[in-house]
Amino acid sequence: MVTQATSLSRSGLSDFLIQRLSAVVLTLYALCLLGFFLVNHSIDHGSLTAFFGAPSMQAFSILAVLSTAAHGWIGLWTVGTDYLRPHYFGAWASALRMVYQAVCGLVLFVYAWWGIRLFWLVGS
Amino acid sequence: MQVSIYRYNPDVDEAPQMRDMALELPKGRDLMVLDVLERLKEQDPSLSYRRSCREGVCGSDGVNMNGKNGLACITPVSAVAKRGKLVLRPLPGLPVIRDLVVDMDQFFAQFEKVRPYLINDKPPPAGERLQSPEERAKLDGLYECILCACCSTACPSFWWNPDKFIGPAGLLQAYRFLADSRDTATAERLGELDDPYSVFRCRGIMNCVNVCPKGLNPSRAIGKIRGLLVRQGV
Amino acid sequence: MPSLRKMEFDGVIVGGGGAGMRASLQLAQSGLKTAVISKVFPTRSHTVSAQGGITCAIGSEDPDDDWRWHMYDTVKGSDYIGDQDAIEYMCKEGPQAVFELEHMGLPFSRTESGRIYQRPFGGQSKNFGKGGQAARTCAAADRTGHALLHTLYQANVKSGAVFLNEWFAVDLVKNQDGAVVGVIAIEIETGDVVHVAAKAVVFATGGAGRIYASTTNALMNTGDGVGMALRAGLPVQDIEMWQFHPTGIAGAGVLVTEGCRGEGGYLINKDGERFMERYAPTAKDLAGRDVVARSMVIEILEGRGCGEQGDHVQLKLDHLGEDVLNSRLPGILELARTFAHADPVREPIPVVPTCHYMMGGVPTQASGQALTQDEAGNDRLVEGFYAVGEVACVSVHGANRLGGNSLLDLVVFGRAAGLHIEQAVRQGAVRREASESDLEAARARLERWNASTSGDSVAALKKELQGVMQASFGVFRTEIPMRKGIDQLKELGERIERAHLPDKSAVFNTARLEALELDNLFAVAYATAVAAEARRESRGAHAREDCRERDDDNWLCHSLYFPADQQVGKRAVNFQPSTMPAFEPQERKY
Repeated sequence: MVTQATSLSRSGLSDFLIQRLSAVVLTLYALCLLGFFLVNHSIDHGSLTAFFGAPSMQAFSILAVLSTAAHGWIGLWTVGTDYLRPHYFGAWASALRMVYQAVCGLVLFVYAWWGIRLFWLVGS
Repeated sequence: MQVSIYRYNPDVDEAPQMRDMALELPKGRDLMVLDVLERLKEQDPSLSYRRSCREGVCGSDGVNMNGKNGLACITPVSAVAKRGKLVLRPLPGLPVIRDLVVDMDQFFAQFEKVRPYLINDKPPPAGERLQSPEERAKLDGLYECILCACCSTACPSFWWNPDKFIGPAGLLQAYRFLADSRDTATAERLGELDDPYSVFRCRGIMNCVNVCPKGLNPSRAIGKIRGLLVRQGV
Repeated sequence: MPSLRKMEFDGVIVGGGGAGMRASLQLAQSGLKTAVISKVFPTRSHTVSAQGGITCAIGSEDPDDDWRWHMYDTVKGSDYIGDQDAIEYMCKEGPQAVFELEHMGLPFSRTESGRIYQRPFGGQSKNFGKGGQAARTCAAADRTGHALLHTLYQANVKSGAVFLNEWFAVDLVKNQDGAVVGVIAIEIETGDVVHVAAKAVVFATGGAGRIYASTTNALMNTGDGVGMALRAGLPVQDIEMWQFHPTGIAGAGVLVTEGCRGEGGYLINKDGERFMERYAPTAKDLAGRDVVARSMVIEILEGRGCGEQGDHVQLKLDHLGEDVLNSRLPGILELARTFAHADPVREPIPVVPTCHYMMGGVPTQASGQALTQDEAGNDRLVEGFYAVGEVACVSVHGANRLGGNSLLDLVVFGRAAGLHIEQAVRQGAVRREASESDLEAARARLERWNASTSGDSVAALKKELQGVMQASFGVFRTEIPMRKGIDQLKELGERIERAHLPDKSAVFNTARLEALELDNLFAVAYATAVAAEARRESRGAHAREDCRERDDDNWLCHSLYFPADQQVGKRAVNFQPSTMPAFEPQERKY
């Protein structure tokens, strides 16, 4: 067992399942949006607000935002641990990795916070 | 024929380099790459590589031939040489000791990590433990591995995390014992594999399947381990 | 000379094949400080190439099977110069040793009832030769050696044995009392020379098939153990006895298991005739290997060989059907397609008798401890020195080994040596010291190669040596060519003494290893030649055209080649099994 402190769930299996489940959520969400845009020929602010303001769609949107954050973290964490390695960066690798992970975390947090706020407010 | 070989002798050379050697090939006979190496070594005894059984079962002479990993002794020159040129390099991703000889410590360390031996907590019977032909058939495609490292050194995930990702060869062995009806340590074995690196760094690139000289399929074994983990963990 | 790095152990095993790793497992489990010196990573050892199986009366195919029947076959197969106490021990302890392998995880093929699958092999019978063909060879498809070697390595990993992998043993260290106290070895990766001291040194260095031009053996089977023993002044036994395996792939030398004939395959000549029916009417293709190999050579010499040159015969398997071949002989299909360009599912494989196994070697007791003779001809144990597996001559194979008995030999006697050493150490065996001059003697050869400045190349000398052995000491042997061969070898030996090692670098210098191996090849070849010329009879694998009969009056004994005076002596064969009367010599018919 390899130790790791910054992976999403600490468990390879959980990360694996979360990544796949979040991918399913995002696929369904994307299909849902695609359906909406295909069915509605005249799209304006009113129809958009009505669509995203429906409570079920609000929940779905917020789920999609959370899925994006989780999926993104697992993916970006993996990419970082693949490439930001002592082999390339020597003694700086760990520091570099920490900065990279902090930046990724901050960006994902901001997007998630912003997305949730947006979809929460759209109905009111 | 032109043979371009990766040469590096730390006693003499400051840096590795590709050196060309010429070889007259016999007419009407297709040599194996190992035969070529043996003939070149007669010309230049300082050329170093590992070899032993020369029939593809000992796993000594894994090398990179014109970009693809394989066993020199069972690879005909005609199958790999391009435009009359044979390019030989050590297996990628492991430190080079000399010429085509790589340091395999990391590879074997990953192999040992999966506890590659049968664990059975019950005292053995006087005779053999029984196993049906169907149960035994589950080991086919797994036990035949010769630890040549062609697969793991063709795997980008192993290049990136050789200390943390077990790699296709080790995982094939891990599954060989998970699949054995005589092994009773399934839960512990799976528990030791449930981290984000050991198994889950496999991205299904399938280079391992592509290069395995014994025609084995580590990707499938890794998929089976994932399946077992899911079944145990959900 | 600078002083050497020194390492100390209770037991040191030289060779990481089946025998070495079975011995190391026993020692590691007993808690003794044990190391295995192996010139290759252990799973690369030549045991990996064994295909057909491990012969043993476990009573799976036939519940009435009896280890005494196996013993009878082995004694008969040895042409009566196998030691019956050792054969008895092997056949009796065999089932235990095989079950232990199964418990370690060896993936044997299985019968419908879940037991270990057994197949017929050559020279096997039921009821002391009176009950027809037996099926006694336990198999893991046709990769039994591979499965066995990997399983033993796995068990050693589990038990925490120390492996000095890619270390090359150069010579034995003997002290002034003649006791073996360690070895000098090269760590190949760095080129460092190390003195490895031990209370017991076990040789498990395997065979030396590379003394012949055509052999099934791996490139590294260069008789290092025999070479080291001879240089240490110890004798070797029955070294003239070389098994030629009937079915090596013509041209390539790659082995095709006897299991092919066990599963129902048979040999044909250019007329498509199943010629073994003429030579061995009862056992046919499953007669002893020496019998089959000679028959094949006669077919070829009498003009019934196959191919444009008429220089081989063929092994027919296609009638067994694709399913049987895929499940029972998958490795053979691979090898035949790669090396013979023949698909056994459709066409026969071109085969020719090919040097396969060294029946002779370091004479030992059943405990593995090595023997020599004093001036009066009495056996004397060599303190601190053991040999197991192919390098040893216990002797369970005598003048001809039965198929499937080599793997059994490895595990039974590897285990026995481990047990014996454990006991000896517990009873207070001490590590004897070596003096500077003892060490210098052991390093002399290394220094000679390192000091060489000109002379013939190692590769050229090796080829010449293999050519001489192939021409004069093959399946059939005759006085005049053998005399000529010995003269050629003498001359070669002088040139090897003055040969040149151009590359003297330290790191992973395989040229130096090949030079050191050449010394060993020569030592084995020369001993073989002298002993073959001395044994004036035909017995087992030793077939002389000028002495066609077996001569029990003069040669129902082991030969013993002494390196000091290069003379061949005799040693009595053991006819005293402990649980039954001995099998008396009879005419050997299959």
